[in-house]
Amino acid sequence: MAPIEEVVNLSRLQFAATAMYHFLFVPLTLGLSWVLVIMESVYVMTGREIYRDMTKFWGKLFAINFAMGVTTGITLEFQFGTNWSYYSHYVGDIFGTPLAIEGMMAFFLESSFVGLMFFGWNRLSKPAHLGVTFLVALGSNLSALWILIANGWMNNPVGAEFNFETMRMELVSMTEVIFNPVAQVKFVHTVASGYVAASMFVLGVSSYYLLKARDTAFALRSFAIAAAFGLASTLSVIVLGDESGYTAGEVNKVKLASIEAEWETEPAPAAFTVIGLPNDKEERTDYAVKIPYMMGLIATRSTDTQVTGIKDLKAQNRERIIRGMAAYAALTRLKSGDKSPEARAAFNELKSDLGYGLLLKKYTATVIDATPEQITKASNDSIPKVLPLFLGFRLMVGLGVLFLFIFATSFYFLIRRRLAKKRWLLKLALFSIPLPWVAIETGWIVAEYGRQPWTISGVLPTHLSASTLQVNDLYFSLAGFMGFYTLLLVVELYLMFKYARLGPSSLHTGKYHFEQPGKQISSDSPGSLGSLGSLGSP
Amino acid sequence: MFDYETLKIIWWAFVGVLLIGFALMDGFDFGVGTLLPFVAKTDVERRIMINTIGPTWEGNQTWFITAGGALFAAWPLAYAAAFSGFYVALMILLFSLFLRPVGFDYRSKIADTRWRSTWDWALFVGGFVPPLIFGVAFGNLLLGVPFHYDDTMRLEYLGGFLDLLNPFGLLSGVLSVAMLSMHGAAFLRTKTDGVVAQRAGIALMISAMVMMFMFAAAGVWVAFGIDGYRILTMPDANSAFMPVVKTVERLRGGWMDNYARWPLMWALPIAGFAGALLSMLFTLRQRAVAAFMGSSLAVSSVILTAGASMFPFVMPSSLDPNSSLTAWDVVASHKSLGIMFWVVVIFLPLIIVYTGWIYRVMRGKVDAAHIAANEHSAY
Ligand code: HDD
Ligand code: HEM
Ligand code: HEM
Repeated sequence: MAPIEEVVNLSRLQFAATAMYHFLFVPLTLGLSWVLVIMESVYVMTGREIYRDMTKFWGKLFAINFAMGVTTGITLEFQFGTNWSYYSHYVGDIFGTPLAIEGMMAFFLESSFVGLMFFGWNRLSKPAHLGVTFLVALGSNLSALWILIANGWMNNPVGAEFNFETMRMELVSMTEVIFNPVAQVKFVHTVASGYVAASMFVLGVSSYYLLKARDTAFALRSFAIAAAFGLASTLSVIVLGDESGYTAGEVNKVKLASIEAEWETEPAPAAFTVIGLPNDKEERTDYAVKIPYMMGLIATRSTDTQVTGIKDLKAQNRERIIRGMAAYAALTRLKSGDKSPEARAAFNELKSDLGYGLLLKKYTATVIDATPEQITKASNDSIPKVLPLFLGFRLMVGLGVLFLFIFATSFYFLIRRRLAKKRWLLKLALFSIPLPWVAIETGWIVAEYGRQPWTISGVLPTHLSASTLQVNDLYFSLAGFMGFYTLLLVVELYLMFKYARLGPSSLHTGKYHFEQPGKQISSDSPGSLGSLGSLGSP
Repeated sequence: MFDYETLKIIWWAFVGVLLIGFALMDGFDFGVGTLLPFVAKTDVERRIMINTIGPTWEGNQTWFITAGGALFAAWPLAYAAAFSGFYVALMILLFSLFLRPVGFDYRSKIADTRWRSTWDWALFVGGFVPPLIFGVAFGNLLLGVPFHYDDTMRLEYLGGFLDLLNPFGLLSGVLSVAMLSMHGAAFLRTKTDGVVAQRAGIALMISAMVMMFMFAAAGVWVAFGIDGYRILTMPDANSAFMPVVKTVERLRGGWMDNYARWPLMWALPIAGFAGALLSMLFTLRQRAVAAFMGSSLAVSSVILTAGASMFPFVMPSSLDPNSSLTAWDVVASHKSLGIMFWVVVIFLPLIIVYTGWIYRVMRGKVDAAHIAANEHSAY
């Protein structure tokens, strides 16, 4: 018996909420770990203590964040089993492998060495400690690689085939799963977005010290590293985002058409709608502002290939649903014991559309007796809601342009040594700290919601994937997650703010602002602020 | 390279290795958490206890996460069935696990008594509840779990959280808590001196005795009090098939079959008792490292005893015995098992090597002087 709709919806809500919580902490881990590697490398090469203090101080903030990354990650590792058990049965043969590799190759690396990174300062030589920091960064970024290979496979399920004997998808080629183009672009776009977030974090917090004229030597050096790393990362995120769009256009036409709110197939090259208000009911976009040719160029990189519109995609999906019914009938015949070569051949011919047949399960358990109305309903379901995708995508891209501006100007004024006079820029950087998180969460909503109604594109519908659970159990777990995570998030933010305000004085080295007699008076002369030339040893 | 049947058996062993790795490594962290309110009386003593595991607990927890991932890849049916079946129990387990990462890291960040004692409680819950739930879950696996499959292999579980809290399940829970407390106490004695080590010694004696008693009681109960399961017919183990196509019977004392077939298996429960006894003996002799070896032997043997008694079953169904999951039908495809075999063979030794190196770097005892010298960087 398929789970009832309320169970499916609650499971979706729970997965979305817990994953989005997890991804509040992941980006900072991904990016800040490299920032620490950069800072510590400078320390090892120059021997200047201020770089060790920088590594230690930003490392403290890293630790506060890391704890929450782990806390929220544990949930996700088990949630496929708890809430998506049919999914786990149906695709576990392929999907489980990258998750297991992630554990053995990546999580062990980062989690084992992270303790040594914090507690090993006096027990390891300088290069050995740098090596440990590097392994933490490598581990967390490898974990992103493997989880995004898994996630990429959900969007583009290559290298696998349905086996009727075991009623599930089975692995055919691991190489195809690993070198899945969707996984590759997802990986680079997502880790680069983490680097952007971490750079903005360091840039903004350093700006705060500069604005307060505290510990300026420390702040300027941190600012410099963040500006350079941030500029490179933002450029990558934008270039690689464009790559994501292009790949989505190739493998997931529905997602692309929805992001672009392209209702009708337009003659090539299609126009790009900069902004507008998609109207899902009427299937059109109100108040659209368009740039001719743009979209055709982005999505197909040519002037003569068409981008298929939503209405045509829906009609195509209807055909596939009808073939899917035949596939389901053929499968039923095989399962009832007729394993003759003809029965196998009949199923093999149709099985690529089996998933579309399963879309009907929402309306009729037996699939093969679906009425035309039910088929229409299912083909309407095969397109996600356009409005959130369209607007979400534009928000992400808009923010990307803003970040480019912030990092580019920061970098420019830094090397021109005019930063001190640009208080507006320092304030902008400080108040922009949350924005990368907005872009990142939006990006995930576009990617995940855009995949609906599928958990595995074209293979397994979301409503079938869920476990058959009791509604009350779901309310219990949902309330528990929200309660715990919100509480812990408040605690985490409190500590983050406390330690960020305290700055390097929290290291108790005796050298920094709050440790000086009379506290308020900065030990750095404010005059040194605009000048990289005075970045001598503190 | 290996045929399917061999790989199925190898994977049964690998899952065992991962579970034992988890119980040995994360087990003493749980134990230290459980003992926190009993062994430490002052803030400095609590910090000593926490810092014995501070630098390494995180890597230890990864055994759990990796066991989850490996289960997903190699035994997808068990991953799907166990976690959705024990839904509420698993949620409580997760909630209590949330308290550890933040507890360890945040506790020392503010020197306020209320703040710290709140986190002490959190660390206690994070240490005590998980072994309890693991134990209860294991007990219920031995009893059989009420689930069955429909014709599309969708699993349905007809039971609630409270059903898990039956006498046998609870007994296994207490066994598990006592066992890991013993293990945690043994670890503490290798890393501390003075009054903390002394109290840990008392805790070790008590928990080792409770553990032996519970283990004996569970053994008698399994032999005479509960039903085991036995496969009557099934397709060739070398082929791929769904759980529902075999036939299975339930019978009293069925879990003793394997001991009759392989009498050498009696070594496992005996080693369980012997390990605990050795651990007590070496503690009296002030040989902390040897006592820790003893408790490690006890922990591994108890888990192996449970697993081997059930072999080849991994999750029997009390509702529809034919739906029971066994090492033969819970598995991924031949190809995936083969790939995962190499992943384990390559990475597991590597993990053990670098974990060993980390423990070596962090070796030495934690005492009050250590905490005082690292006032702002220790946990
Ligand atoms: C792009 C990156 C990324 C994505 C999409 C995810 N994670 Fe994650 N995860 C990380 C990147 C990451 C990380 C950067 O490696 C973390 C964050 C902080 C940390 O401690 O490691 C982490 C931690 C983390 C942990 C704790 C590991 C430990 O103890 O070190 C687990 C079990 C998971 N994650 C599991 C998941 C699952 C099952 C996901 C899929 C739904 C998922 N993560 C999405
Ligand atoms: C951590 C970053 C991620 C975020 C913020 C995120 C966000 C979301 C959101 C918003 C949904 C709900 C979509 C909907 O139901 O309308 C969702 C669903 C889901 N996502 Fe993700 N996701 C993330 C990563 C992943 C990864 C890496 C995987 C797999 C490896 C994954 C697997 C799923 C599954 C199985 C569902 C539930 C079924 C569904 O609704 O499609 N997600 N996620
Ligand atoms: C500026 C130009 C950008 C473009 C053209 C772009 C494009 C895209 C596209 C097409 C997707 C969906 C991919 C899919 O569904 O498979 C996506 C997802 C995502 N974006 Fe962006 N993006 C841009 C900027 C940003 C920025 C600035 C951030 C954050 C700092 C960001 C973070 C993300 C994340 C986290 C995802 C989800 C993961 C993924 O699917 O790759 N993006 N982006």
